[in-house]
Amino acid sequence: MFELFHSPNFNFLRWRWHFIGLSLLLLAAGAFSLWQKGGPRYGIDFKGGTLVYLKFAAAPELDRIRAGLAQQELGSSTIQRYGRPEGNEIIIGTEQVGHEDEALDASRQAILAALRSTFQAPADKLDLNNAGTDTLTATLLRLDPIGLAGQPGEAATRYRQIAEQITDFRDNEKGGLLTSFAELGSLEGVPPVIAQTLEREAFLSPFVVRNAEVVGPRVGRQLRQQALLATALALGGMLLYIGLRFRQWVYGSAAVIATFHDVLITVGFLSLFNYEFNLNIVAGLLTLVGFSVNDTIVTFDRIRENVRLLRRERFPELVNRSINQTLSRTVLTSGLTFFTVLALFFLGGGVLHGFAFTLVVGIVVGTYSSIFIASPVVVAWIERGARRGAAGAARKGA
Amino acid sequence: MTPALRWKAILILVVVLVCLVGLTCFRKGVDAKTRFQFPRSLADLEANLEGRINLGLDLRGGMHLILQVQVEDAINSETDQVVERLRTVLREQGIGYQAVRKADPTHVQITGIPAEQLAQARNFLAENYGGSSLSPAYVIGSLAADQSGFVLEMTPSLQASIRQEALRNSIETIRQRVDALGVAEPNIAEHGRGEWEILVQLPGVDDPVRVKSILQSTALLEIKLVEDGPYASESEALAKTGGILPPDSMLLRETAGARQNTSSAPQWYIVSRTSVVTGRDLRSARAEPNAERAGTYQVSFSLSRDGAARFGPFTERSIGRPLAVVLDNRIQSVAEIQSRIDDAGRITGTFTLQQASDLALVLRSGSLPASIKYLEERTVGPSLGADSIRAGLTAAVAGMLAVSLFMLVYYRLSGVNAVLALILNLLLLLAALAYAGATLTLPGIAGIALTIGMAVDANVLVFERIREELRLGKSIVAAVETGFDRAFVTIFDTNLTTIIAAAVLIMFGTGPVRGFAVTLSIGLVANLFSAVYVSRAIFEFVLSRQARPTALSI
Repeated sequence: MFELFHSPNFNFLRWRWHFIGLSLLLLAAGAFSLWQKGGPRYGIDFKGGTLVYLKFAAAPELDRIRAGLAQQELGSSTIQRYGRPEGNEIIIGTEQVGHEDEALDASRQAILAALRSTFQAPADKLDLNNAGTDTLTATLLRLDPIGLAGQPGEAATRYRQIAEQITDFRDNEKGGLLTSFAELGSLEGVPPVIAQTLEREAFLSPFVVRNAEVVGPRVGRQLRQQALLATALALGGMLLYIGLRFRQWVYGSAAVIATFHDVLITVGFLSLFNYEFNLNIVAGLLTLVGFSVNDTIVTFDRIRENVRLLRRERFPELVNRSINQTLSRTVLTSGLTFFTVLALFFLGGGVLHGFAFTLVVGIVVGTYSSIFIASPVVVAWIERGARRGAAGAARKGA
Repeated sequence: MTPALRWKAILILVVVLVCLVGLTCFRKGVDAKTRFQFPRSLADLEANLEGRINLGLDLRGGMHLILQVQVEDAINSETDQVVERLRTVLREQGIGYQAVRKADPTHVQITGIPAEQLAQARNFLAENYGGSSLSPAYVIGSLAADQSGFVLEMTPSLQASIRQEALRNSIETIRQRVDALGVAEPNIAEHGRGEWEILVQLPGVDDPVRVKSILQSTALLEIKLVEDGPYASESEALAKTGGILPPDSMLLRETAGARQNTSSAPQWYIVSRTSVVTGRDLRSARAEPNAERAGTYQVSFSLSRDGAARFGPFTERSIGRPLAVVLDNRIQSVAEIQSRIDDAGRITGTFTLQQASDLALVLRSGSLPASIKYLEERTVGPSLGADSIRAGLTAAVAGMLAVSLFMLVYYRLSGVNAVLALILNLLLLLAALAYAGATLTLPGIAGIALTIGMAVDANVLVFERIREELRLGKSIVAAVETGFDRAFVTIFDTNLTTIIAAAVLIMFGTGPVRGFAVTLSIGLVANLFSAVYVSRAIFEFVLSRQARPTALSI
């Protein structure tokens, strides 16, 4: 049989101070990055603001876009590439302008206006790349290229059908962007006269709005509070269960300490690599919490079992033995999960990127912490209890 | 096969069958009787599968809105109405007064009642505005200053019910508008706790600006008599009336597009405060071409029988006087009454077809009891949703394949067992989502990813333990038995801990976090079944077929 380790016997606890030192170093690095950047970089989910996700037909000229934004007094907005480079995708973000909720939509409209003027979109023509099915249907009805004016009912269904076919083709086959009206020629059921009319009466802007998110500042605050509350309560629930299950609070506390350690280090890494905190990252951190606690419990379960079986062994040795016994499982599971997450990081697309990054870091840290943080905490706590007990007994004897 | 094992096999087969049927044999959107459709072709199967798993807005595109009903509006307008009604009924009762006015949104002041009528007035007010002892409406107090009048104070319980009512009516109105728009499978529900928020999710909507304006339009239609005007500006109107408007009247402005033939700026009119008819009296409304100006549209409406009964006599009495059509406190058009009008009217203007049909739509669905504000808006384009699904699926399949391959190489035949357990876990999870009608979102896929991780972990825990027991020299049957027994404790602990955390997230988390927790908790329950119960049964089945097993491929 294949084996990673044959009866491993590493002395993990011997190096615990080194690893605790390493953890402190990582924590300090993260804390420094957070301090330097003035706290976590909250995404609009948590602070309110506007994000517009755009896809361009060719590599976007960022300088030109930036200049266009500056003209609309949006100079402070951020432009960020995302997804794979060949996707030509960018995100334009602005903070909430003013505090009135009426302004909620204002930034988005301003961003779009800036883009339209930058790329010289004719104001009186339909932008086929950013038109919805309804709008396209209405335009076709107005232009009436097939000449169905006499039969209103027939015209409505026919043009709607054609509009649906065109938008469907654009969104599912062309990734949301048509680059020339000739592309419509390949569509069966769309007569050439439609493409000709659209070529005359509509235009194709070089970008499409793929996604727009507008969050009011109050909602942002609420979401942030709620995510924090939910995470804290979830940790509390775990602590309670582990405490009850192991009948000793040290295990629950150690698991929670290790989990906190993982979350803090990962948050530090997110800050170091300049990721924005949004709801997807929170989902990633929650996944990490689940994973980390899982890993810790596996080791603790083994310790508990060994405490019952091997009553003579000294506690530190017993813990070390338990870690070794579960080592191949720990490495296997973590390794497999790590590769799944890595697949997500590289193949999962732009939206999942932050989530996957959180887990790539989190799984490494989570595995490390159950061996080098959680177990030493238990050993230190129990040994301290034992010393105290011994000292108490000695005092009594005297 | 022992009887116990046979029962296990039967139970497992039944569960698998129920899951398969649940996933593949129902067609969406068909009525209850014909919903069950056995797939006869691959296309059938695809159609059934697609209908069974609801994809969230982030995966299939659409609009997600959170809006807030400005419930204080409703309280304000209730007080306005009470003021209006009091002026009329006090006169009818023969009770003299100097003024009835709104002191603030929840207080109405009646001043200058003659001393000899005070007792009568108090009795009348208590009877009509006191409410019942169970649901008090107004507290009636004397005016502090000179005791010559009363203050009606709206009780908190009435305020609460007005707010609640405003929220309920808003949800109802928005639902009607969304239905009229023809959005398939919308989700419209109260959101949050006590913040008067409404969540609106509209899958597939690709014209966000139009939809938002339709939903937000208060659509308060009123037809009022014009007292005086037009004036070029507000100050001019006030100057003409000596700085004080005549009682029971108000000053309103035209909308920008109201003047059809001139390019002059919007003008001001003094109109009566009371409306002859309002949007509530409408029976229907529709867009029609404007005959006077080709290419533009107007909205014609007809009144309900009730409305017509009031409008007919009123117009007959007022022939020759101008009448204003007011929409959301802006004058839409002013026209002189030529003859008695019974039940038809129109809102003229230079609308496009789209604008006119949208206006007709919101008029038909009734007015909102209070204005609404947008707090959050997310629009996911259909192409992004398609990309996300594709990328998510690629990653999931790649991850699954790599993991399965590894399990097969590392644990050989036992690896087959692990892969089966993994597939069964996913099957259970998807079937549970289908039966529960839950929605799969991107964070939900993250939950599935964690589930897969923990399912693999369960198998690894069991197999490593069996190997350990074998190394200690136990027989194969005993090693498998102890391996499962020992590993079960750990698997149970880890899964239950995570389920507890997920349950907390379902209770206290918001949208995306909750979606994550739902798939995770379902997946982990499924995991306890597939990775422990089923996997063990397969081992037992294989071993029971060998008289004396000598080697285990693990």
